Amino acid sequence: MRPLLAALGLLLAWEGFVRWSEVPPFLLPAPVRVAEVLVSRWDILLGHAGTTLTEILLGLLLGTLLGTGMALLLAAWRGARRWLLPLLIASQAIPVFAIAPLLTLWLGFGLASKIAMATIIIFFPVATAFYDGLRRTEPGWLDLAATMGAGRAAVLWRIRVPAALPGLASGLRVAAAVAPIGAVVGEWVGASAGLGYVMLQANGRSQTDMMFAALAILAAMAMALWFATDRLLRALLPWQPDQLSEEA
Amino acid sequence: MAPSDGVSLGVSLGVFLPGIRLGGRAVLGRLALDFAGGEVTALLGPSGVGKSTLLRLLAGLLPVPEGSRIAPADGLPLKGRIAWMGQQDLLLPWLDLEANVTLGARLRGQRPDPARARSLIAAVGLQGRERARSAELSGGMRQRAALARTLMEDRPFVLMDEPFSAVDAPTRHRLQSLAAGLLQGRTVLLVTHDPLEALRLAHRVLVLRPGPGGAVPEEHPMPPSPPPRAAHDPDVLAAQAALLERLAEAA
Repeated sequence: MRPLLAALGLLLAWEGFVRWSEVPPFLLPAPVRVAEVLVSRWDILLGHAGTTLTEILLGLLLGTLLGTGMALLLAAWRGARRWLLPLLIASQAIPVFAIAPLLTLWLGFGLASKIAMATIIIFFPVATAFYDGLRRTEPGWLDLAATMGAGRAAVLWRIRVPAALPGLASGLRVAAAVAPIGAVVGEWVGASAGLGYVMLQANGRSQTDMMFAALAILAAMAMALWFATDRLLRALLPWQPDQLSEEA
Repeated sequence: MAPSDGVSLGVSLGVFLPGIRLGGRAVLGRLALDFAGGEVTALLGPSGVGKSTLLRLLAGLLPVPEGSRIAPADGLPLKGRIAWMGQQDLLLPWLDLEANVTLGARLRGQRPDPARARSLIAAVGLQGRERARSAELSGGMRQRAALARTLMEDRPFVLMDEPFSAVDAPTRHRLQSLAAGLLQGRTVLLVTHDPLEALRLAHRVLVLRPGPGGAVPEEHPMPPSPPPRAAHDPDVLAAQAALLERLAEAA
């Protein structure tokens, strides 16, 4: 309830500022004007939002699969740690934005290049968070498993992986937050649909209100995605200690 | 608790170590020990003297140095025949109590025996909590669950590293009484800081005394009655005072 009130207060201040200062609408449209565009252009915006959402969800799915796969490979195989880990870390020095044009060149203007973009941006937080969790297994559990005669595979699947799930969950929360960035950046570089494309077109025609409308939908989608992910992870990991949410 | 078929108890264990160095420091001196079958041997000594090192060595958690001999009297290897209980309960938070108690079988890819698990859970006084996760259990309950998990392994040799040090005194007292009954017949090595615990539970008490060539074990005289002994037994209290003085000297 409190966040809603805070947002409402912010919107009111914005509306008041625009009316009082008489900023031209192509610089800063008032919230009411943005809301009007949202309503009148709803059909167009909805179609583009659907495109962006598809890119985000497919990117999340692929990035999560590849990221967890990489983390498991690194944890299970020393060769991978020696050869792949330095490469993986070095690859993060390349700004994702810089490869966006390449992806468009290789994969075209359609969905594929945006999904690839979102996948790349999601892969790293998922892989590192999960791998970190896999490395930091409570040593006592490993000792106990050793005295019980457990093999390496059993230790990995029954102890290391479940123990690393809270770490993976943090990675997935970050992934859910950055996924929309990947999709939108992909759309900016070259697209024929999606909210990023709408923003770029609207910006070129000084339809700032339309741009804000697309932005509002994108923000709403990103927030919904984050909260859904957070809820889902909490439900799936009920044993994970969470001191902050228990405090009233 | 009685062992399953095919598990023979009362096997004694002979240990010879040529001395252990860790990080260039002599930790344990040359030692030859016989742990009598079916008896509880308590191992005491100042912190850092090498009690846990000896225990971890026997548990297979540290590499055994060249020239050592770790030989159960029945001629079979020790590996795979020990159960381990540590200072922390080490319950896995994502599993319920029964799954934690049967962890060993599932880690080895064997089918767990739920009936035996439930009877052990009942024996440690946790019946009705089989589906509880560790976060829902108190510290004393968790340690009892760990005891049930240790007994579920059903091994002739039990290695315990300060198993009750993390719980409050009355709980510890109850846990000791419980453990004394349930561990009967098994060859137990109990590392502890608590002289009373050693004197209540053990047939024999060894004090590790640090020396220039590493720590060496010394026998401590025991009260005449067999364990488990009552905490208010005057012999136990007198022995406790003597043991406490000896530990203070060794430190």
